[in-house]
Amino acid sequence: MYRIASKKVLNPTVTQMEIEAPLVAAKAKPGQFIILRVDGDGERIPLTVAGTDPARGTVKIIFQIVGATTGLLNTKREGEFIEDFAGPLGVPTHTEGISKVCIVGGGVGCAIAMPVAEEFHRLGAEVTSIIGFRSRDLLILEDEFKACSDRLTVMTDDGSYGRKGNVTVPLKELLEAGERFDTIITIGPLIMMKFVVAAARPYGVPVTVSMNPIMIDGTGMCGGCRITLLRDGRRETAFACVDGPDFNGYEIDFDEAMTRGRMYAEQERRARERACNLFKEAD
Amino acid sequence: MARPNMRPDKNPMPTQDPAVRAHNFDEVATGYTYEAALDEAARCLNCKNMPCVSGCPVNIQIPAFIARIREGDCEGAYRIISESSSLPAVCGRVCPQESQCEMKCVRGIKGEPVGIGRLERFVADRHNEGSTAPAGRPEPNGHKVAVVGSGPSGLTCAGDLARKGYAVTVFEALHTPGGVLVYGIPEFRLPKAIVARETETLRQLGVEIRTNVIIGKTLTVDELFELGYEAVFIGSGAGLPNFMNIPGEGLNGVYSANEFLTRSNLMKAYLDDPVTPIMKGGRVAVVGGGNVAMDAARTALRLGAEKVYIVYRRSMEELPARREEVEHAEEEGIDFRLLCNPVEILGYRNPDDPRDPKNGFVTALRCVRMELGEPDQSGRRRPVPVEGSEFELAVDTVIMAIGTSPNPLIKSTTQGLEVNRRGGIIVDEDGLTTRPAVYAGGDAVTGSATVISAMGAGKTAAAAIDRALSAKAEG
Repeated sequence: MYRIASKKVLNPTVTQMEIEAPLVAAKAKPGQFIILRVDGDGERIPLTVAGTDPARGTVKIIFQIVGATTGLLNTKREGEFIEDFAGPLGVPTHTEGISKVCIVGGGVGCAIAMPVAEEFHRLGAEVTSIIGFRSRDLLILEDEFKACSDRLTVMTDDGSYGRKGNVTVPLKELLEAGERFDTIITIGPLIMMKFVVAAARPYGVPVTVSMNPIMIDGTGMCGGCRITLLRDGRRETAFACVDGPDFNGYEIDFDEAMTRGRMYAEQERRARERACNLFKEAD
Repeated sequence: MARPNMRPDKNPMPTQDPAVRAHNFDEVATGYTYEAALDEAARCLNCKNMPCVSGCPVNIQIPAFIARIREGDCEGAYRIISESSSLPAVCGRVCPQESQCEMKCVRGIKGEPVGIGRLERFVADRHNEGSTAPAGRPEPNGHKVAVVGSGPSGLTCAGDLARKGYAVTVFEALHTPGGVLVYGIPEFRLPKAIVARETETLRQLGVEIRTNVIIGKTLTVDELFELGYEAVFIGSGAGLPNFMNIPGEGLNGVYSANEFLTRSNLMKAYLDDPVTPIMKGGRVAVVGGGNVAMDAARTALRLGAEKVYIVYRRSMEELPARREEVEHAEEEGIDFRLLCNPVEILGYRNPDDPRDPKNGFVTALRCVRMELGEPDQSGRRRPVPVEGSEFELAVDTVIMAIGTSPNPLIKSTTQGLEVNRRGGIIVDEDGLTTRPAVYAGGDAVTGSATVISAMGAGKTAAAAIDRALSAKAEG
């Protein structure tokens, strides 16, 4: 059992928790993820590490309430326990030799992008951050990004905060104006990452994308998280849990990844409805 | 001793009716009655040279335990089995006895061999039904050993060492101990309650099992030594599933057998309204011919599939699965498409509506017929495609059960640990790796193999660890 050391509501659908897991806290690096189960009958879900406090033995996770399991997790209060918490999994974000980086985050993906931005800042790199949300009330982590970014642009789809439009608009402007990033790191919805790759392509800037496919064990056993890479005209299978979650954005078959992400859409909708009814009864 | 029962055939194993069991997850084989066990035990000739024991990877004293059954001393029989095996109720169910102990049985020359596996299961089940007394804890010898993975090799190694007084900690990456026994082998072949019972027996012996610790990630092998463990046994099991690298493997509805079985077994997706989803029903093709393929096919059937195919590129003769599993599968109505090889998985795409929810889902498996040519390196006749013989099987789900490649996590974080060309950890005859005091066994060494061979490897390594640490203590 793993204790919830703190809980904070970041916006109506996004919650932050710190979980006591000293072994994971001692090891986790930006870009890695954990797998948790809320209770004894629960589903295993992967969540990216949003920060650690090795001294307190805690790992920070930030999750969007999208399904039955994240809904259930959100009912847990500070001081309560979750059943399982395993990690850190995946390969940490590659930081060596990068002195000028652009971080592009979308929605709850910003929770994953933030510790990556912090890490580059800590290593002395010049950090440009572009973060996007649907609207002002979904904005998260603005202060944290400000603290670790040399430049920060906030975008909203509806213009209710920051600039109106999506994250590729300022990215294209910067690239057009001659900014030469060593790399662009993008984390967010697949469709957003696909467009970030498309925006960067004409300039030949490397793009790292963070993939978040459906996963079960997360340890390199089940193969459910496989992703198709297009390399030299050939299709290769890679596994997000052990080969990723970061990949070269130019190699990802985004369309397939998007389709695979919808594999259980119908079952997930039913599970969510059942869970919502349960939560209503509990209230 | 009374005269042996010279009837040429084994007492049959009672099973659930195929038409009934195809729709439930209850155990297929229901086990011998006491009378059947006594009758079967009387078929053993108690040969002096014990050929059956030489066929057992963990050297269970088979004639001795069978003699105890004849005497009506089932607990005595259990004690004899336990001296050699940490998992009697598991082995009695999933061991391929027909190619091990029973293959060597003298009775098999003129009839059927003694039903050794069935008797082992009978003894273990009877023990588990009766006894609740915790196993006694041996005197601690002051040495600490770490075991990586709680599958058959790890549990065996842990059990053998704990019985000798070692303080053993088993590190398991998943949330439940048992490894392939819980995520891989389905409930209808090996009830999970039995695995839980066997791991509980090990806990009573003093073995500590720590779940949610991924060696190679949460802790490294080097850190285990820093924590005071004097030897490490790696039984991390099979790794990433193999795919065929044919077009369409990224479509929705394509699973590895590992994923499909993990969803159903470990995550209990076979229940109604499961929290972990799985594709149920429809038409299913399982590619491969091993035990895992049989498990996947029979699981799909029980999940409500209207039609399940096994697609295998060689013939029935080369099919590597256990005979008994193949027979059970056939009885349940699995359709074997032999000498067929998949060449492409076809999917749905609505040209007019990119948002059609059916887009990207499997519609068919395109196969080519094969014929057997000259023998290949494995000695089996090589299957070669018959030109122009392609055909399609209309299916909704395709499950690839064509083996696995060893997990890279430990190798990549352990300096000096060498692996072979296929990624299997290199070990000597004691199970010792290229790193001092680091041993390995099971699928992490051999690639996909059997539960009992993994147990044999765990046993060998436990004996070697005991010798090494005893010598160190004396030296």
